Amino acid sequence: MSSKMKTFPLGGIHPDKHKITSQTPIKDAGLPETVYIPVKQHIGAPAKILVNKGDKVKVGTLLADSDGIVSSDVHSSVSGEVLKVEAIEGEFGYLENMITIRVEGDEFEPSIDRSADIIKEIPYTQDEIIQKIREGGIVGMGGAGYPTPIKTTVPEGKKIDILILNGIECEPYLTADDRLMVEHAEEIIIGAKIINKALGIQNAVIAIDENKPEAIKIMQKLTKSYVGVNVQVLKTKYPQGAEKQLIKAIAGREVPNGKLPADVGCIVQNVGTVFAVYEAVQKNKPLFERIVTVSGDKCSMPGNFRTRIGTPAAFLLEKCGGIPEDTAQVVFGGPMMGTSAVNIQAPVTKLTSGLLLLSESISRKGEEEQCIRCGKCVAACPMGLEPFAIARYARQNMFNEVKPLHVLDCIECGCCAYICPARIPLLDYCKLAKNELKKRK
Amino acid sequence: MLKVSTAPHVSSSKTTAMLMKDVVIALLPAAAASIFIFGISALAVILTSVAGCVLCEYLINRYLFKNPVNTLHNYSAIITGLLLAFNLPSSMPAWMTLVGCFVAIGIAKMAFGGLGKNLFNPALAGRVFLFISFPVQMTTWPIPNWRDFLNIDMQTGATTLNVLKHIDASSSATSLMSKTAELPDYAHMFFGLTGGSLGEVSAAALLLGLAYMLYRRVITWHIPFYYMATVFLITGMMWLLTDNPKYDPITHLLSGGLMLGAIFMATDYVTSPMFKNGQIVFAVGCGILTVAIRLYSSYPEGVSFAILIMNAFVPLIDAYCRPRPFGKGGVK
Repeated sequence: MSSKMKTFPLGGIHPDKHKITSQTPIKDAGLPETVYIPVKQHIGAPAKILVNKGDKVKVGTLLADSDGIVSSDVHSSVSGEVLKVEAIEGEFGYLENMITIRVEGDEFEPSIDRSADIIKEIPYTQDEIIQKIREGGIVGMGGAGYPTPIKTTVPEGKKIDILILNGIECEPYLTADDRLMVEHAEEIIIGAKIINKALGIQNAVIAIDENKPEAIKIMQKLTKSYVGVNVQVLKTKYPQGAEKQLIKAIAGREVPNGKLPADVGCIVQNVGTVFAVYEAVQKNKPLFERIVTVSGDKCSMPGNFRTRIGTPAAFLLEKCGGIPEDTAQVVFGGPMMGTSAVNIQAPVTKLTSGLLLLSESISRKGEEEQCIRCGKCVAACPMGLEPFAIARYARQNMFNEVKPLHVLDCIECGCCAYICPARIPLLDYCKLAKNELKKRK
Repeated sequence: MLKVSTAPHVSSSKTTAMLMKDVVIALLPAAAASIFIFGISALAVILTSVAGCVLCEYLINRYLFKNPVNTLHNYSAIITGLLLAFNLPSSMPAWMTLVGCFVAIGIAKMAFGGLGKNLFNPALAGRVFLFISFPVQMTTWPIPNWRDFLNIDMQTGATTLNVLKHIDASSSATSLMSKTAELPDYAHMFFGLTGGSLGEVSAAALLLGLAYMLYRRVITWHIPFYYMATVFLITGMMWLLTDNPKYDPITHLLSGGLMLGAIFMATDYVTSPMFKNGQIVFAVGCGILTVAIRLYSSYPEGVSFAILIMNAFVPLIDAYCRPRPFGKGGVK
């Protein structure tokens, strides 16, 4: 079976999976005393703040309104009183505009349908669906944070023929999408039908890595009763969840450099996003909570948690047995592309797929050594770049020489730095070169 | 206190030192075979060569480079020492071996800037220097005799390729027959019971090393396969056309330094191309040159020269055989 299974052809790596929470059912994280809700949890302009200090809000109350097309609404995830509307320290230690709310009770906006019923009928028109997605504050939850309304609208002059649901979750440790597919398969499939309707197409492919047998089984069973929605099992390889690699694996199409998936007729949506679309359209429920995997080799009680946006990471980590003394690193997201937290009071956002506690032995980088030209970075790069050469020039500020090396195509997956036996921080040099070349443009 | 670093936060467990250690392990079967085949003097050559290379690298690092970071821990000097020894006959005088070590490490490697910077394979540079400087000692091949482990009664003779070389000169049919009879059978060549330098004789031991390196993903199969396949195909075609045992492709594959070169020397990371396509060009080039030297030059063996010549082309190959970036051309 595995020999015939599809995957993307160029590059890629096989890091240890550590999917220790793949059998752990999703639990409610509970309510913290205070939440901190950033007004920018997406790519684009920060949302315009609508509330003031002292205002009373409910779960689902609009806190900040999207500022333009490339922006997103932000809703309250709790009921209570707005304590502060000011910049406070985020996960990187930088100041970010956040709305601080003291939690009082758990009162929902009356428009939200809190029943457990699954609503299959989609009575809305294309425009109504897109409007509901916009009002739900939905953004790409796989990590990019690109506002979803844009990705459910067919760009002018383009023709879309495939919707791909990204259920790959190729980062080690993370199981949030996996569990979501197991426990909310039907809602995800209906979400796919909703987005199909918005795009005016009939096809959706749910892409799942072979290392999620339970999700594959459930999805294959349920999709039988939904015409046009199919499951495609892919051979596990990192970074299969990257948009361009996934399109190549599923459709065999290569997104030309500098172009978007829509240019090759594809739209990719993370399964978490699709679930949020279902809830926003069918249940009137804006995006105020998400599934977060808490894991890592230093986490004593790992699990998957339905977490309100704005919950401090420390609150969630405390639920999972706290942070042992010898923890070296707290990572927001996955170990390959996630960010190393400076401030663990920083909140879970729409994009936080995981919180990881890593030990020194697993996160140690080792001493940088001389490049021995082994070529492993080149073989691992899913974009066909030459990380060693980019690093060699970037190190010496020779950015003119970097230009022909296509570094702007780098998807920052980290395969090069992961595989380098000389422990050269290749990705850092690639990012440095990208920044420098973008500045010069 | 939490550590903060840039992504990725995990990395492959394989470091340079671990890769190199795997190469050393892969070389051990051939080392053991050479000691079994040629006796204690083979062990002496190996020890001299490894010690000479390690010492040379240490002294240069310490007193010329004044390098606070010792590069010995990554085993690369040990590999060079082993490979150099593998390219020498077991009767090699120790002082000549040490001269070879100096040329290999001191000139071919450190003079270019040390690990990762050298253009030519150090062990081959050392071997070729010795070959040109001491042609007599470098072409005196002890005959394998495992009963004489202490080498009390060492006898020398011709290598398989020497025999092949002289087939040409024999004009009459009878002398051709007698020359052909001198060739060892395939099984002897496969297990290494023929004359030759230490590491090259046992194809079985070298293939074992190759299997280990492939299993540990130290190298990919491309260079060894394309190199050996090129030699096999060219000699095979000539053999089919002429029916002359001189071109017997299996003898060419199993004799001389082809396996040693294709598996361990042409695959050296530093001196081979970095990209798949380039590696294939490089390996095919090595194969063509090897056959050309074996058949048309005054030397019986051409692996060392072939690889060194192709080493010189590596920057050029790397400049032209680049990977195709994703999204550039190809399927739209």
